[in-house]
Order: sequence, then C-alpha cells, then structure tokens
Amino acid sequence: MEPALDLLRVENIEVVYNDVVLVLKGLSLTVREGRITALLGANGAGKSTTLKAISGLLAGENGEVTDGSILYGDGSIHRQPPERTVRQGVFQVMEGRRVFEDLTVEENLRCGAFTRPTAEFAERLDRVYGYFPRLAERKAQLAGYMSGGEQQMLAIGRALMARPRLLLLDEPSLGLAPMLVEEIFSIIRTINEQEGVTILLVEQNARAALSIAEYGYIMENGRIVMDGEAAALLNNPDVQEFYLGMGHGGEKRSYRDVKHYRRRKRWLG
Amino acid sequence: MEFYLQLFISGLVIGSIYSLVALGFVIIYKATKVVNFAQGEMLMAGAYVCFALTVQAGLPFIASFLLTLAFSVLLGLCIERLILRPMIGEPIISVIMVTIGLSSVLKAVVQFFWGTDIRVYPEVLPTEPVMVAGVPVAPVYVAAFLLSLLLFAAFTLFFKYSRYGIAMRATAFDQQAAQSMGIGIKNIFALSWCIAAVVSSIGGVILGNINGINIQLGQLGLKVFPAVILGGLDSLLGAAIGGLAIGVLENVCGGLAKDLLGLGGFREVSAFIFLVLILMVKPYGLFGTRHIERV
Ligand SMILES: Nc1ncnc2c1ncn2[C@@H]1O[C@H](COP(=O)(O)OP(=O)(O)OP(=O)(O)O)[C@@H](O)[C@H]1O
Ligand SMILES: [Mg+2]
Repeated sequence: MEPALDLLRVENIEVVYNDVVLVLKGLSLTVREGRITALLGANGAGKSTTLKAISGLLAGENGEVTDGSILYGDGSIHRQPPERTVRQGVFQVMEGRRVFEDLTVEENLRCGAFTRPTAEFAERLDRVYGYFPRLAERKAQLAGYMSGGEQQMLAIGRALMARPRLLLLDEPSLGLAPMLVEEIFSIIRTINEQEGVTILLVEQNARAALSIAEYGYIMENGRIVMDGEAAALLNNPDVQEFYLGMGHGGEKRSYRDVKHYRRRKRWLG
Repeated sequence: MEFYLQLFISGLVIGSIYSLVALGFVIIYKATKVVNFAQGEMLMAGAYVCFALTVQAGLPFIASFLLTLAFSVLLGLCIERLILRPMIGEPIISVIMVTIGLSSVLKAVVQFFWGTDIRVYPEVLPTEPVMVAGVPVAPVYVAAFLLSLLLFAAFTLFFKYSRYGIAMRATAFDQQAAQSMGIGIKNIFALSWCIAAVVSSIGGVILGNINGINIQLGQLGLKVFPAVILGGLDSLLGAAIGGLAIGVLENVCGGLAKDLLGLGGFREVSAFIFLVLILMVKPYGLFGTRHIERV
C-alpha cells in the first residue's frame, strides 16, 4: 500500500441552481492519482452536478458553487472558467454523449484536441483510432448518423485527444446494450492503465462501475452517504440490496421495490 | 438581350456584396443566435472609414483598405464586448432590439462626422471597360466579384480546416459541449463579430468604389434578409447563393417590370416579394439545417 497522491479534493461543496435550488449539500470526495474512482447514486442524486462543479460547466446552467473548495493538483480550480480547467488537464465527458452532430467524426476529434498543440495531433489521432477502430472506419461520416454506442466511443475518444490528467466520465453506459457496456468499460480500464489517466466515473450501473473502480462513493440527495474500497462496497449488504439488485438471500430484487424512506433511514439515520 | 445580360452581370456584382453582408449575418446568427439588424450599418461604417482615410487623410488606397480592416476588427470587438456580452442571458428579443439600437447609433455617428451628402471614392482601377461574355463591364465590377469569391473560398477553408473555424461550428451546435472541450465561447462570440464586421466593411469599400456612398447605405443590410432566408439562416453556402440570387433577381425583375409594365420602383421591392414567396414554400431556406433525425 504505497500512499498515492490525492489528485482531486472536493471539500464540503454546496451547489445552488438559479439562486434557489440547493442541490449539493456539503459534498466531499477525494480522487487518488492513477485510480478509477466511482461515484454512484440514484437519479437526481446530484452526480452530474458534482462533475459540472468540478469542470466549471455549471455556470452555463445558472448553477453556482456557493460554499466549499475544489482542489486539483496543488491549486484550486474553484470557480474558474471551464476552458482554463480543461487546459489544466481536467476533461469532462458529459452525460448523453453530446457529440457535435453536424461535424464529422474527425472534426469532433479535432475539437477534443482544441487546447493541444497541432504537432501532437496526428499521433493522438492514431492512438484514439487504435482504441476505437470503428471511429477510424467512419472518420468522414457526420457524427449525428453514428449509433449510440459509436457516439459514446467518439465522446471518449474526443476526451483522449485532450490528453487529460483527470477524466470525468458521466454515465458512459447510458442507453447501451450489455455487450457494448462491457466493451466500453474494458476500454476505460485500458485507458486508465495505459495512459495513466485518473478517472472519476459516474454511473447508474453500479456493478459495472465497481468492477473496474478501486474506490467508490455513493451519494444520495446531494451528499455522500457511503464510501469505501470497491471490493468492500460490492460485498456490502446494503449496496447489494439497493444498488446491485440483490436481496439478502442473493435473489434478484428490483430497485423499485425498495421504499425510499427505508434507504434514507439506513444511511442517514 | 444585351441589356438583360448587363443587368444580370451587375446583379451578380451587387449580389456578391449582399453575399458578403449575409455571410457576416449568418456567422453571428450561427454562433450566438443573435439576429443582427446592424449588419448594413457595419458595412456603412467600413465604407466611410475607408473614404476618410483615402480622401480626407490622403493615404494610398491599399493602406487605407488595410486600416479599414483593422478598424472593423476593433469595431466588432467593441460591439461584442461592450454591447452584447452584458446581454448574455437576456431574452433573445432584447438582444435583437439592442442591435436595432446599435444600427441607429452607427448611423448617427456617421452622419455626425460626414453629413448626409453623397461621397465619392477616387478611381482606383482603370475605367476602360473589359469584355465579359460579349458585354462591356467596368473593371471595378470584375474586381468586386472576384474579391467576394476569394473571400468566400477563404472562409470555406477556414471553417473546414482551421482550429478556430471548426470550434466555431462546434459552438454553434452545442455551446456547453464546446466549453467542455476547452473552447472559450466568449472568444468565439468575439471572433464572430469581428469576422462579420470585416466582411461587411469589405462589402462597403467595394460599394464605395462602384457607386459613391451616403447615409442610406445601411439600408442595404435589409437585403440580407431575403438573401439569408432564401439560403437558410445558418448556411454559409446559402448566404453566398442567396445573396447572388437576390442581386440578379432584383436587377432582372426590375428591368423586366420597367420594360414591360413601365413600373419604375419594382427593383427595390422585388427582393421582398420574393422573400414572402420563399417563406411560403421553403421555410428553412434552400440550405438551412433541419435537425438530423436518426431512427
Ligand atoms: N440546470 C439545472 N437547473 C435546475 N436544477 C437542476 C439543473 N440541473 C440539475 N438540476 C437538479 O439538480 C438535481 C441533481 O441533478 P443531477 O443532474 O446532478 O442528478 P444526477 O445524479 O446526475 O441524476 P441522473 O442519474 O438522472 O443523471 C436534480 O434534482 C435536478 O432536477
Ligand atoms: Mg446525471
């Protein structure tokens, strides 16, 4: 157990939308350099908001970090414009892929490389096409005509073009068939290992996320309610019951069957 | 027949200036969704600045042309920085009203400095006509057309291959996603206004060389609307073709109406009649975006 550097430290942040809606209520988390850290939680828990607070994209949605601090490397990236944060090596792949549909695949990748010198473009492009051969086959095609899975690959490839040090991935499995989820997750793992990119991974698919992450946080209602090593979370009966869809006897159980108040009581009470 | 051929050619030339102004309009619209009613006055400002530098300050034409371009860059930056950036987040209709206000301000400033008389540029090019398709045409017309063509080619390459050109298209499609790439969208907005000011003022300088300029010049900006509505509000190719088509159409229709019906002022209104017709048939224009739908 060699002590790794904390690349990102989010400390007690509060986020308010439109000056009134308090969405994050004192959230803290830490991301170790070189690791994959998972951030899990139900719909509306505030996962995307957390990522946008870190990347600075919140401002465009009339959201504001009203309290707390966001430390990255040895400085603060709190409240700075997103383009600055990207240049410092933090890149968010937004929920829902958000490819530029009327640009070609390769033009999308060029956008990813916007902050990088032209000299390294060709080499990066080869590398991304190596991870995603399907993008190479379709490089002249408009991104809008790609399938959902291909668009997700493009979204991740676009991020790699920026050579991030910290990658914020927001639900990369969203809307993908199980086979494809597996493929995407194994590529995420590879990126982490081969490129040495630190990853903060937001997911609904808790099992897939915890299977590639080293550490996990679970959030509810704007706060972290539980955290631990991924293996420990996978074996935790509460997590099994509420996030992995298993009852205590190991039988499958729908997440919907669980009463909301009961979850809250267990974790907050 | 030669009469109509001549109308056609001069229509192409005027149309190429409409195209330039429409190009500026479309660039601003694409990047910021602002409908800029001051596009014609930006043309006028460029025309007067170049006039002042050439005639009043006595600089060589090329020097004053380049200085006019520099002035336009500044004008675009100032407009974006001082007038539009504070309006970010306001309802789009307020922003549009602001551009209408801006057009009045520019007109007032020009009137203050140069009055309302017609001003004439010195002859830069030889006046001896050259033959185009068997019709004598003034060299300045030929130069005007070629210059517009060149500008369009340059911008096509810019948007297709350059880092900032691609970033501008990305921003037009999805601002937040563009921000997540590290694209500073405020810079993109500023750049759009600069380009729009520069192409318009080039249009103004060309017009100054063809006609003479006066305070009514800004009204030419209105011709942008039929042009971009024909071409599609967000299409550069559309702006080029729309501008040319409107220029030719109004010239030829104006000539026909005068010839056959004895109507004098038809040229001025024909573009707008055409505008209504297009809107009825093709509301997105010939090249405008309909959104990509995957099934
Ligand atoms: N731009 C916004 N303006 C106002 N409220 C917002 C905005 N974006 C998100 N919210 C609210 O903040 C809360 C958290 O949203 P967020 O998108 O962060 O959740 P999430 O955990 O990512 O959910 P999901 O898993 O569905 O993506 C929700 O209640 C949502 O309604
Ligand atoms: Mg989300």
